[in-house]
Amino acid sequence: MSLEFSADAQKKIAALCERYTPSPAPKQPVVMAALHIAQKEFGHLSDDALRLVASTLGLPYAHVYGVATFYTMYRREPSGKTTIRMCTNISCMLRGGYEVLAAFEKQLGVKAGGTTSNKAFTLIEEECIAACANAPCAVAGTTYLLDLTPEKVPSIVADLEKHPSPESEVV
Amino acid sequence: MAAPIGTKLVSARFGNLDAQTLAGYEKTGGYGTLRKALAMRPEDITNEVKASNLRGRGGAGFSTGMKWGFVPKDSKTVHLVCNADESEPGTCKDRELIYWDPHLLIEGMIISAHALKAVHNYIYIRGEMMREYVVLQKAVDEAYARGYLGKNILGTGLEVHLTVHRGAGAYICGEETALLNSLEGLRGQPRLKPPFPAIKGLFGNPTIVNNVETLMNVPFIIDKGGAWFNELGTGRSGGTRMLCVSGHVNKPGVFELPMGITFNEIINDVCGGVWKGRKVKAVIPGGVSMPPLDADELDVPCEFDALQTDERIKPVMVTPTQSFDLGGGRQLRTMAGSGGVVVLDDHTDIPKAVWRIMKFFAHESCGQCTPCREGTGWLEKVARRVADGNGKPDDIDLLASIAHGIAGNTICALGDAAAWPMLGFLTKFRADFEAAIAASVKKRAS
Repeated sequence: MSLEFSADAQKKIAALCERYTPSPAPKQPVVMAALHIAQKEFGHLSDDALRLVASTLGLPYAHVYGVATFYTMYRREPSGKTTIRMCTNISCMLRGGYEVLAAFEKQLGVKAGGTTSNKAFTLIEEECIAACANAPCAVAGTTYLLDLTPEKVPSIVADLEKHPSPESEVV
Repeated sequence: MAAPIGTKLVSARFGNLDAQTLAGYEKTGGYGTLRKALAMRPEDITNEVKASNLRGRGGAGFSTGMKWGFVPKDSKTVHLVCNADESEPGTCKDRELIYWDPHLLIEGMIISAHALKAVHNYIYIRGEMMREYVVLQKAVDEAYARGYLGKNILGTGLEVHLTVHRGAGAYICGEETALLNSLEGLRGQPRLKPPFPAIKGLFGNPTIVNNVETLMNVPFIIDKGGAWFNELGTGRSGGTRMLCVSGHVNKPGVFELPMGITFNEIINDVCGGVWKGRKVKAVIPGGVSMPPLDADELDVPCEFDALQTDERIKPVMVTPTQSFDLGGGRQLRTMAGSGGVVVLDDHTDIPKAVWRIMKFFAHESCGQCTPCREGTGWLEKVARRVADGNGKPDDIDLLASIAHGIAGNTICALGDAAAWPMLGFLTKFRADFEAAIAASVKKRAS
C-alpha cells in the first residue's frame, strides 16, 4: 500500500461514515464520496487509490472497482488541471454545440476525451449539463460557460489557463 | 382561479443571491412555514398535500400525496430522498432552483420529513452540479447550525437529518431505484418493482423519492393551504410549473408558468417566437424521452393529463397501420415529463436530431437488460447511418422494430425513454427519414 489519505480526508470520511447510520452496512454508501476525495488527493483513481478506499471502508476491492468504473466522473487516468465538459446534446446541438466543441478541440490541440500536453486541460464531450436555456454550454468545475459561440472559445481558454477551475476540488 | 402568467412560487427568489444564505432566506420569510408545520400533526400535512393535487415534477407526474400515503402506517424507519439528479436532456430547472433557493428545498424537506416521520433523509445531487453542490452543502450546514436540522429541531424534540450525497455521472441514477442503489454505494442499476420504494426502499426501509421542485412546493401548500394551491392549477394538477425552454426560440429560458399554458403561448408569448423568423417543425414537450409534437399539435396545454389524453395529439405508431400499445390497448400520445421543452425549427435535420437523442440513450443505458443495452446501441448505429447519408431502404422498419422490441421489456423506463421518441419521430416525421434514405440510395446508385 503506497498511498495514504491526508488527515483532513480521513476526518471527512470518518464523519461521513456516521451519516448513513440506519444502514446495515453504514460505510458502504460512503464509497462514492471517498472516491471523489481520493480523486482530489491523488489526481486520479489508480489501482492503489481504489485499494486505499477499499481498505478504509472495509469493502472488497472488487466492489470499489465496480463503483469506480460505473460512473463517468471517476477518472482512472491522470487528467488536466481544468476539465471542460462541453455538452453536445439536443438543445446544444440545435444551437451550434458541435461547432463550439470543434473550436475547443482546435484551440486546445486535442480531440474530445484528450488532455493537453501541458496538463492544463482535459476536454470532454458531455451529455446534457442542465443549462439548456443557455445552450450551447459547458461546465468546468464550478464555472459554467454559457451561450457559447466558436468565437468566444479562445478567450475562455486563456482565462481558464490563468484561473484554473479544477473539478476535483469539489468534494 | 388558475394562476396568471407571472405567478411565482418556487422561482420567486431567482436573481436574489442574498437568499442563498440563511439570513437572506429568513429575511424574505423563509423557515416561517416550518414553524407552522411543526405544530401540525403529520397526517394533517399529508392531507393538505393530497388536497393540493401536487403532482411529481420529476417526470412521471404522479400524485405526491398519494405516493406519501403508500408508506405503511406501522413503519419504524422511513426515509425521504430528494432526487436532484437532473439530467434529462432539455431540462434545467432543478439546477437553477437549488442554486437560487437552497433553503426552500431544505425547508420543504424538513416539513415533508415531519409528515412522513422520517429521521434520516438524503439529497442525491448530480455529480456534474459542482457549483450547486457547494451552495447546497453550505445551506445544509447553516440549517444545522441554526437548529433547523439535527436531534431536537427548534426545541420540538423532533429529529431530522439531511445528508447531501453527490453522484458521479450517470443519467440512470435519476431513475428512483437506481438512485437508491447509488445512495447505498452500489453501481447505479435499477431494481425490479415491486416492491416499490414506498414499501421497501433505501436500506430496505420505506422510502419516498421526490423531485426538487416537488419538495420546494410543499412550504407554499402548508402556508396557504392545499385548496389554494389546487386552485392555481387546472383541476387535476395543482400549482404552477417550471418549464425550461431551449432550442430554436428567440428567448430561451427557465420560467415558472401556469399549468394550463399551451405550447403556442409558451413559444410566442413567453419566448418571443421561433428564431430567424422561421416556423416550428417539432416540439419535444418534456425532455427527450417524450414523443414529439408537430406544428399542428401546439394548442394543447403543457399539463400532465392533457399531454397523455388530448385527442388533438396523434397517437404514436409502430407502423403506419399499427398503433403502439401502452398496455391494455391504451394509446401513447406523449407525456409532460420533466418540463424540458425543446423547440425545433423547420430547418432542422430531423434524422440528425434523432440520432443525437439515440446516441445519448446508448451512452446512458446501464447495461443490465439486454433489450435496452443492445437495442439502444443499434438505434444509435442505424439512426447514425440514416443521418450521415448512408441509410438503407429498410432502415425505417428496422428502427421501428428495434424500438418496439425494447419498449415494455426492461426493468426500468430508460428503454421506453429511447423507444418512445424513436417511434414518435418516425410517426410524425416519417417523410424526413424517407427523404434522407432516398437521397442515400440515389447517391449510392450514381
